[in-house]
This record gives sequence, C-alpha cells and structure tokens, in this order.
Amino acid sequence: MADKLNKQTHEPDLALHVEDLTVSYASKPVLWDIDLNIPPGVLAAIVGPNGAGKSTLIKTVLGLIKPTAGHVYIHGKSYKQQMSQVAYVPQRNSVDWDFPTTSLDIVTMGLYGKLGWLKRPGKKEKKQAMHALEQVAMESFAHRQISQLSGGQQQRVFLARALVQEANIYFMDEPMAGVDATTERAIINILKELRSQGKTLIIVHHDLQTVQNYFDWMVLLNVRILAQGPVKDVYTAENLAAAYGNQFALLNNMQISKETNGSNHENL
Amino acid sequence: MNLLSQPDFVIIAVGALVGIASSLLGSFLVLRKNSMLADAISHSILLGIVLVFLITKNQFSPFFILGAALIGVLTVFLTELIVKTGRVKNDAAIGLVYPFLFAIAVVLINVFARNVHIDTDAVLLGEIGFSWINTVQIAGFSVAKALVSMFLVTLLNLVFVVLFYKELKLATFDPGLAAALGFSPSFIFYSLLSLTSVTAVVAFDAVGAVLLVSFIIVPPSAAYLLTDKLWKMLFYGAIISLGSSLLGYMSAVALNVSIGGMMASFTGIFFILAFLFSPKYGLLAQEIRRKSLEEENTARTLTVHLYNHENKETSDEECRIEALDSHLRWSKEKIDKVLSYSLDKGLIRKELNNSLLQLTTKGRVYAQEVLEPWSNI
Repeated sequence: MADKLNKQTHEPDLALHVEDLTVSYASKPVLWDIDLNIPPGVLAAIVGPNGAGKSTLIKTVLGLIKPTAGHVYIHGKSYKQQMSQVAYVPQRNSVDWDFPTTSLDIVTMGLYGKLGWLKRPGKKEKKQAMHALEQVAMESFAHRQISQLSGGQQQRVFLARALVQEANIYFMDEPMAGVDATTERAIINILKELRSQGKTLIIVHHDLQTVQNYFDWMVLLNVRILAQGPVKDVYTAENLAAAYGNQFALLNNMQISKETNGSNHENL
Repeated sequence: MNLLSQPDFVIIAVGALVGIASSLLGSFLVLRKNSMLADAISHSILLGIVLVFLITKNQFSPFFILGAALIGVLTVFLTELIVKTGRVKNDAAIGLVYPFLFAIAVVLINVFARNVHIDTDAVLLGEIGFSWINTVQIAGFSVAKALVSMFLVTLLNLVFVVLFYKELKLATFDPGLAAALGFSPSFIFYSLLSLTSVTAVVAFDAVGAVLLVSFIIVPPSAAYLLTDKLWKMLFYGAIISLGSSLLGYMSAVALNVSIGGMMASFTGIFFILAFLFSPKYGLLAQEIRRKSLEEENTARTLTVHLYNHENKETSDEECRIEALDSHLRWSKEKIDKVLSYSLDKGLIRKELNNSLLQLTTKGRVYAQEVLEPWSNI
C-alpha cells in the first residue's frame, strides 16, 4: 500500500513537497510536522537557529534519515524515482579532507550515480568534471591533493561536484559557511545562474543578513516551520522573532539598521 | 619437492598473501577510521570457529568461513547497537563487545574441546612456521593447503576491491553522498567487514589475531604517509606486506625467533621508516619545511616592515640595517640570515653605502601578499 502510494504522482507542480514530516532521534523529535512547498525555479533559503533541524530536513528529504511520519515528493515523485535529478552538497566538514585524492576525482564522484554500480568513470566523465571545475574557476587545482585546498576552494570543489550532476533540483547544506568573501560571491553568482536556467535551489543558510540579497524564497525553520514563501513576505520582524526567540533581541538591532540601509546589500 | 610445498617458499608466500589480502581491505578501514574494528573482528571470530567446530565436529569445513563472517558482522552490529545508546562511545563499545565474544569462545574451548589445538600463542601470532605441513594434490603437484586457501582469499579481496573501487572510494570519503546517489554505504561497509572476517578466519591458522591486525592496519598506514592517491596507497600497502613477510621470515630464521613476531615487527619497521622519511608527510620533511617556512616568514616580516615605512619621513630611520636590531629586536645572527636570504631571493637591495634597505618589485609583491591578499585574487 505504502509502496503503491510512493509510485503515484503527487503535487507535480511543486519542486519540493513535504507533508506532515516528523523526524525523531531516540524518541526526541527534531522536526515536528513539517509541511513545506517550494515551487520550481526559485533560489530558496532554509533559515533558522542552531539545532533547528535544517540539515536534518535536507537529509530526510534525500532519504538519508528515515522519518517517523510524513512524506516527501520531488517534482511529484518519490526521491528514489527522481534521484538522477537531484544534486546534494553536504556540509564541507562532514568529510575528511585528508582523503588521498584530487579535486578532479572528487568532482567525478558527482557522476557515480549516473554511472551506476561497477561502471568506471572514463575520459568522458573526466572531461565533464573538468568542465564543472572551470565553472567554479578551480580548473588549475584539478590535480591538487584536496587537503592542500583552502576552505573556500574545498567548498567550490563540492559545488562543482553538484554542478556536474546537471540536476534539476539542488540541495546544499551551508555552502557559504566559513568561506572568504570572494568565494561567497562566486558561489552566489553560480546559484543565481542556475536559477536563471530554471533550476530549483534549496540552500541551508546561516547568515540572516544576506538572505534578502541572495534569495527569492525563504523557509523559516525552528523544529517546525514558522513561515515560508517569497522572501519579501517572510522576512519580517515577527517571523524572525518567532524563529529565533531570545536570540532575536541581538539580531534585531542589526537587522533594522540593515533594512533601513538596504542599498548596502547591492555592493556585496 | 616442488616449490609450492617447499617450506621457505610456502611460509613467505602465505605471509605475503595474508598481508596483501589484509592491507587491501585495511586501507579502507584506516581511511574510514574503523581500523580497530579489525582488531575486534580478528579476536571475536574465534567464537565463530569454536561454534562451527562444536556443531560440525570437523576441523576443516567451509562452514568456518560462514561462521566467521557472521560473527564478524555480529561484532560490528553489536558495537553499533551499543553506540546508539549515546552514552557509550565507539571505542568503548568495541572494547565491550569483542573481549566478551572472545571470552565466550575461550570458555567454550575449555569446556567442550580441551584437546583441540587452539592455544594462546596460536591465537595471538599463529603458527605460520607449520603452514607448509598440510598439503593437497592439485594437477599432480603437492601444494600447501594454506597457500591455496590464502591465494583464494587474496584473489577474492582483490576482485572485490577492483570491482567496487569506485563504490568503496565514495562510501569511504562521503557516505552521505553515496547514500543520496543510491549506493548503500552500509551494504558496502558490511561487505568490507565480512571479507575482513573471512580473511581473518582463513588466515587464522597461519597468523593469529595480532599479526593479522598488524597486517590490516600497519601497511596501509605506512602507505598513507607515502602517497596522496588511493590506488597507490593500496599498491604500496601490498608491497610493504610482501617486504615484511620476506624480511620477517629471513630475519626470524637468522635469529631463531618467532616468524609471526618478526613479520609483524617488520610492518612496524616499514611504518617507522615512512613516518620518519616520507618525502611529504615524514617527520624529517616536515621539520625541513618548518625550518624553511621560518626563514621565509622572517623574510616576509622584513619586507612588510620595509613596505610599511616605504617613502615616509621615517623611512630613513626605519629602513636602516641598525633598525633590525634596535626596533625589531632581532639577534645579529638572525639579521645576517634574513639579509642574506632576502638578498638571495631578490626581495631587497642595499642602498647608500649598504646602510639603507629598499624593497625590490618582487619584495613589494611579497609584502602585499600578506597585507593585501585580495589584490591578487
């Protein structure tokens, strides 16, 4: 029965449709009854305080964590059916960068899904990976051992690994955490370029100050969904206060000054 | 007597095959930071062996392989189960599970099989010296049994690693992405550990638990110090295993000591050599690099100092050689060193009877790299 349900098309007009999703670790819920709809072609930020369950939400959507309740549809189908259309950028510090391999090899890993079991990457895959590295301006580091890259460069390699998948929908977990200003600018330009090609991008983002400038869709999360929709509707003092609670007292002053001085964002 | 049952050759070949079979799998365990699971498995398979023996009453049976694989998987499963409580961390969980399974095995041997050949020495280091005694006839040749079985296991591991190289690499580096792309990282991981168990049980007679662990962990760790490429790490690990077996046997014979002990010692010697002399990650190379970085940093400090005072009223005072002593408080020796280094590299030049220091274009760029890192991005 459940299997049959999974094969059915459900909400095909939405890039991501999450309904009644609850996730718990050891009987403690970390995500409560999430209803989430993201239309195609947006650059969406998932924003919320530490421990809000942002990474858990993405991981559950991708089937890496089994939910206690609820269901997830991507372009109307289950993740398993849409796997080839989905690219994922995990947090940079979730892997060991001392692993003995090169940037090019890491990017090639993005193509393993299309290759399937047993088939080896060949010249064609290497070329595609090289092209993806060019897109993030990392081609000169292709044969560099990954531990020798800076944090920003490692993040670009991860981005290239997602680009090479040529997916329709991208999930990224804090791609701009701990990177320098140049890399942040480069990354956001690539994300905007992908959006202009009609792709959907769902980004866990940690920096409230840049949300308005970078994104056009916003999901405020703190264990449950507090608000979702176009940034201009969601980015309000009440919503932020609801999501961040006490922490918002600190943020508040910062935000107000930024809002009244919006032109500052343009320069970033 | 042909080569395949000749004692010297059989002992060295069995040692080398155990080493190659182990280090192939061990490389992935080391990279995955799970190498101590190999220790756990190599001990707890004793329970598998004893149970199968008690059930089949037969010392040579294919069920040993199955039993060992199951116990190996059980060891890992129990460890992960205990970790899930959240109050027992991974290392403690490993330490909880395998001594327990191992202890049950020892008690079972005591109660049911007092006259079986398993003894403590054999369990720890095996009896590789006797590996040539039991032979089988293959195509009219008498071949040591241990050689045949270890050859098959090595072949199995090699086929596994070659076939699933891509999957193993992805699941080891980034299990999250592996799962998202539809490769089950836990399936890959359990396959790896099952093969480790199979290798352990087949090698058990010959090498015992401790020698096996040293073959699983030490050659890959030494190889990891020597290269930045995964396939080279696998290859070097195999070479080091081969070398350890050969040199271990020869020196054991020469010194009339335990063969297994010498083989294990040689894996350690190879590791120490890599640890000290690896061109990139060795202690020596790092020390040399640190020294030259120190020199470079001092030179950079000088260029930054000159850059800050360039074309200012104070430049006459600040950019004198004497200022290095009176302002920067550098020792005479350090000043001589940094001046000769910087002149050598063309970062500075001396002006006005050698008393004033001036930056060259190269030196200016050198300073800017630190002060204005954004200017050359």
